[in-house]
Amino acid sequence: MKKYLICLAALLPFSAAAAAKETLTIYTYESFTSEWGPGAKIKAAFEKTCDCDVAWVALGDGVAVLNRLKLEGKDTKADVVLGLDTNITDEARATGLFGKHGVDGSRAKVPGGWTDEEFLPFDYGHFAVVYDSEKMPVPPKSLDELVNGDPTQKIILEDPRSSTPGLGFLLWMKSVYGDKADAAWKKLAPRILTTAPGWSEAYGLFTKGEAPMVFSYVTSPAYHVVAENVTKYKAAEFSEGHYLQVEVAGLIEASPEHALAQKFLDFMLSADFQNEIPTTNWMMPAGEISVALPPAFNDLVKPAKTLLYTPAEVNANRRAWIDEWQKAVSE
Amino acid sequence: MLKWTAPTFIVGAVLLGLVPLVWFAASHGGLQDLRFDAIVLRVLLFTLKQALLSTLISVVIGLLAARALARRRFYGKSLLLSLFAVPFALPAIVAVLGVTGVYGNQGWLGGIFNIYGLTGIVLVHVFFNVPLATRMFHETLTGIAPENFRLAAQLSFSDRELFRHVEWPVLKNTLPAIFSLIFLLCAASFVVVLTLGGPSATTLEVAIYHALRIDFDVGRALALSILQIILCLILVMSSGQLFLQSPSQIPPQLTGQRFDGGAVLARALDGAAIFLATAIVLPPIAAILFAGVTHLKIDGTLIAAVGFSLMIGIGAALLALCLAWCLAQMKLALSQSLALAALIVPPAVLATGWFLALKSFDFGLPTIILTVIALNGLMALPFAVAVLRARFDLMGRSFDRLCSQLGIAGWNRFWRIDMPFMLPALRQAGLLTFVMSLGDLTAVTLLGSQGLVTLPALIHQQMGNYRSSEAAGTALLLAFTCYGLAVLAQRIGKRDDQN
Repeated sequence: MKKYLICLAALLPFSAAAAAKETLTIYTYESFTSEWGPGAKIKAAFEKTCDCDVAWVALGDGVAVLNRLKLEGKDTKADVVLGLDTNITDEARATGLFGKHGVDGSRAKVPGGWTDEEFLPFDYGHFAVVYDSEKMPVPPKSLDELVNGDPTQKIILEDPRSSTPGLGFLLWMKSVYGDKADAAWKKLAPRILTTAPGWSEAYGLFTKGEAPMVFSYVTSPAYHVVAENVTKYKAAEFSEGHYLQVEVAGLIEASPEHALAQKFLDFMLSADFQNEIPTTNWMMPAGEISVALPPAFNDLVKPAKTLLYTPAEVNANRRAWIDEWQKAVSE
Repeated sequence: MLKWTAPTFIVGAVLLGLVPLVWFAASHGGLQDLRFDAIVLRVLLFTLKQALLSTLISVVIGLLAARALARRRFYGKSLLLSLFAVPFALPAIVAVLGVTGVYGNQGWLGGIFNIYGLTGIVLVHVFFNVPLATRMFHETLTGIAPENFRLAAQLSFSDRELFRHVEWPVLKNTLPAIFSLIFLLCAASFVVVLTLGGPSATTLEVAIYHALRIDFDVGRALALSILQIILCLILVMSSGQLFLQSPSQIPPQLTGQRFDGGAVLARALDGAAIFLATAIVLPPIAAILFAGVTHLKIDGTLIAAVGFSLMIGIGAALLALCLAWCLAQMKLALSQSLALAALIVPPAVLATGWFLALKSFDFGLPTIILTVIALNGLMALPFAVAVLRARFDLMGRSFDRLCSQLGIAGWNRFWRIDMPFMLPALRQAGLLTFVMSLGDLTAVTLLGSQGLVTLPALIHQQMGNYRSSEAAGTALLLAFTCYGLAVLAQRIGKRDDQN
């Protein structure tokens, strides 16, 4: 009798799995699943194609997502991780949790092309200095003009220790000035109104009018045009080129939903996913879209040159570069 | 037996946070990586400087304003006290934007201060803590038995003598607690210090956050936390030395009339203190209202956020009150340190440790809500203890003797003697902890929200998605909720007094 019971018990999970739909658990950052984010529509669109359930687990931001993976290690409940950027993919790779996405990387439309076999981009954006054209009719035309310009015209920056754009600006300075970055930071320091812990705080102060410039994205002015019909905010085009942020997703190798995860990453580069990105995540789509971009996107700055360190370079130097920045600006 | 429940719970909660982290750090590189270098030292000095300055200003103004409010009756006094409940519910960034709206480059009074730097940091901290100090001192002073004032008037005490013999003996019981609480809040302040101070104005809490979040260097985070715990314990123990228990022998029954403060100078001083506190608190609140009033859109998300906030607030307040009830009656300096556990051990460290300990559980919505309630309850606990303790001290030993003479004990004593006497303090402590529990986002950002969007979380989401004007509307609703609760608490208070 006991034997039969064991057999029955062993069969139970299978019957349960056959009855219930498969669930794909995706870790992502908070604003992706917020009311204004693309999360809900993407979930609905994917569920139509797979007869499965998508469960979002939203954490503070990309770094919080990575830290969650490090804490959980092999026990992670994630099948897909969406919302890391190329500055932390090398660290994510080092966890050994990620497997190959199996999607043709050439389908990804990001500046410089795509070759990473573990992480796949879903959107990208060039960073830019965004300015209020009513207060500042003549913006700086290069990073060098920003560094050496009138110190009474202030800029609000983000802290590279706690903010992705903050780290982006640090890397931008480093890629333009190299070994002379600390001197450039010292020169720029009097122009910095303040260094906010995150993009939200910085941008909030900027739209309050505290400073005529803020560090943000090339796409920021599009939001103000599309959602608020305000045209005074513009992005300054810099002659040295613009630093790039690429947001990526990857799948967990040991996940029981491996096939479904792969299907999701394939879906990620399709129009059903990508159409949502421009006007909800306010970034540029990394794949084909089937609806036209709002006209406001046509007027955006299109950087002639893209600056980007490889994930390995960022991972190897980030701590030293942050120390250098901290010493330079706190004197 | 029962009285050890609260200490056990707190010690358990702290251990549940620290032990898994130590374990994790030991298996991932170890604890040795603490660079006690020039940067850490400068961080320490700056932390002490800004926190001390903010605390001194807040406590002095708060004390003077509370004393003035306690002995004056004027039109709008209860309105003012209710408004004073608003600031500490506001997320730091909302307070920063409110202060910026008044003193910033584009503010109404722009140009008076340069708010980017130490001045701005102190200004925002004072905006947060003057009303907190005022309300806590006010609670202490209004607990003094009216007989004392009648007696003082019959003996024709001068204002100074009255302060020395009647007010000071009560105040000195709460002063060290309030001072160290505000100091800890300012020392651990994060968004305010970074937003207005920039990278040179880093505090220890920022360094811990940095280690835990950006570098994911758990060993370093723990080492820094230990440094912070030691510093805080030194502070708490040394302020505990100032504690001289002198329970008054006469329990108060009614809020009585006061006869002091008739002199012109006293009137002028009180007027100035009330004016100063009001001038600190009201303009930034007005700026927040002004920014939000045209952007308030009531929709499903907002209503759900109000619901979640109320749930978290009530849960955390109940937890804090239960724990505080036990701790406030313990005469040990230890209970004081226990109450501060969640302010001393950085909340981010606690939440991370809890997650490690509980990670095999499914972190669905109910688990998240319970964790957030536990964390917020612990963080608000010291404030509840400070308020309840002052009242318990007033109750004094006279009740004990009376009760043992009459043989009243256990449930009867709790329900018929302690409860009615403690009710005003419970109400005040409940409001305080409720309001404080609304603003923290540590647990949610670390553990994942799973749809738990409280009002402050909504504000952050909106600001993170360009919607800063809608965020201003949400902040207005948050401020209004707190104000409404403060009014409600006062109404209930009045009804009790009449009974």
